[in-house]
Amino acid sequence: MNIISNPLFLQLVVGILIGLGAGYLGSFMIIKRMSLVGDVISHVALPGIALAIIFNINPFFGAFTALLLAIIGIWYLERKTELPSETLVGIFFALSLALGILITPEQELLEALFGDITKIGPMDALITLVATLLIFFTMFRIYRELTISVVSKQLAQSMGINVSKISFLFLLSVAIVVALGLKVTGVFLMGALVVVPAAAAKNISIGLTSFTRFAALFGGVSALGGILFANYFNLHPGPIVVLTSGVLFITTLLFRK
Amino acid sequence: MANQETILTVENLGVKFDNNEILRGLNFFVQKGDVLAIVGPNGAGKSVLFRALLGLVPYTGKVQWSPKLKVSYVPQKFNIDRDLPLSVGEFLGFKEKNVAKIIGALKSVGMTDEHHIEHHILKERLGWLSGGQIQRVLIAWSILDNPDVLLFDEPTAGIDVGGEETIYNLLKKLKDARGFTIILISHDLNIVYKYANNVICVNKDMVCYGEPSIVLDPNSLAKLYGGEASFYKHEHEHNQ
Repeated sequence: MNIISNPLFLQLVVGILIGLGAGYLGSFMIIKRMSLVGDVISHVALPGIALAIIFNINPFFGAFTALLLAIIGIWYLERKTELPSETLVGIFFALSLALGILITPEQELLEALFGDITKIGPMDALITLVATLLIFFTMFRIYRELTISVVSKQLAQSMGINVSKISFLFLLSVAIVVALGLKVTGVFLMGALVVVPAAAAKNISIGLTSFTRFAALFGGVSALGGILFANYFNLHPGPIVVLTSGVLFITTLLFRK
Repeated sequence: MANQETILTVENLGVKFDNNEILRGLNFFVQKGDVLAIVGPNGAGKSVLFRALLGLVPYTGKVQWSPKLKVSYVPQKFNIDRDLPLSVGEFLGFKEKNVAKIIGALKSVGMTDEHHIEHHILKERLGWLSGGQIQRVLIAWSILDNPDVLLFDEPTAGIDVGGEETIYNLLKKLKDARGFTIILISHDLNIVYKYANNVICVNKDMVCYGEPSIVLDPNSLAKLYGGEASFYKHEHEHNQ
């Protein structure tokens, strides 16, 4: 049998790619002190998915559009104020979720909320591969600038770094990975796949290189372990993937630096 | 003074944020090798002045650096806490790839043991260093690309009193060895008397400008700080 059309193989490829991307981006969400944003950003996708279903468009684009609007909002708040805008973001995201639950057609709600990676096809795998490569390419380009602006926005500006542009590119990458990941874990849990592997990586890292690499690795391992486990025991993969990252987090706590 | 090279001329500098006047009518110049201190109360616009000098905020008037001058800026605000996974080596590596140069810079800010630098300091998390050590690392960062001018915003913020003196001595030593021009913001007038050859008092307007021992008189200090002036003056006389 052709391995490309093997459903489990496809799930693993898509899951691991998204896990790697989500984990890597998550490490920067954490140092930018955006863990809460990372945790709940996916909730914003639900109204987008709902509208896409109602108007018969591919839900990925609905989700991505909603996330794009959300990151533009966050980006604007970041520019406008030095203060963490977490309360506002928390409220806004919870309201989007409520609205989304209300307008999503009932028969689609469960899949939107918890994802269903068993339904992906080769085309999804291709989109995921291209998008993940794009994310890593972008991040390797802006890695240095992004970190310097986290350490000191003013230092970054004095070095000629366009802090606002870098921040936007980063948030755009987050929006892409979250929109992709909705298939794996759904609206409720995608944020966790961004934050939890990175939080686990932080426990065992002193420097940035090991932190970001472990975060990507833990994201990938969570997806791999979670999908295999769920497949073997015939469980829903999304929650198992997130629980796997949780197990990694608790394990790394024992080796905390 | 006449034969010295003027590297920065500021004329009638003003900065406004949303119709809120932060600075107005500042006139001064800086010569090569000067140590110019900027003093003033909190919120007087000192950091904004730095940002205007660097062209990071819109301003009116003239800020003219001599051409091809390399300026290094160390802002006051850093988010370096214990939690940030970033090693000293990685941080300095963002500015200079050559490890030997990084070690050289750390040596010249008073971290003398090369073995210790290479095997411990560079691998240490930046946020795990003491306040004084972080400040040394920031100074090392600022001198890595051999600048002509150093701009320091409160070089000793968050350092205990003993440590402050050490940092200023270090800056003076670096200046003497490498011929930097230094412009710094300081809240400590003792330091200004001791290390600066020129001072600007800023409180939206330029309240005084000149040699510290001449222009920091009770009158201008009262204008600058209000009631605290006599305390500072007393400290000054005590140190003479």
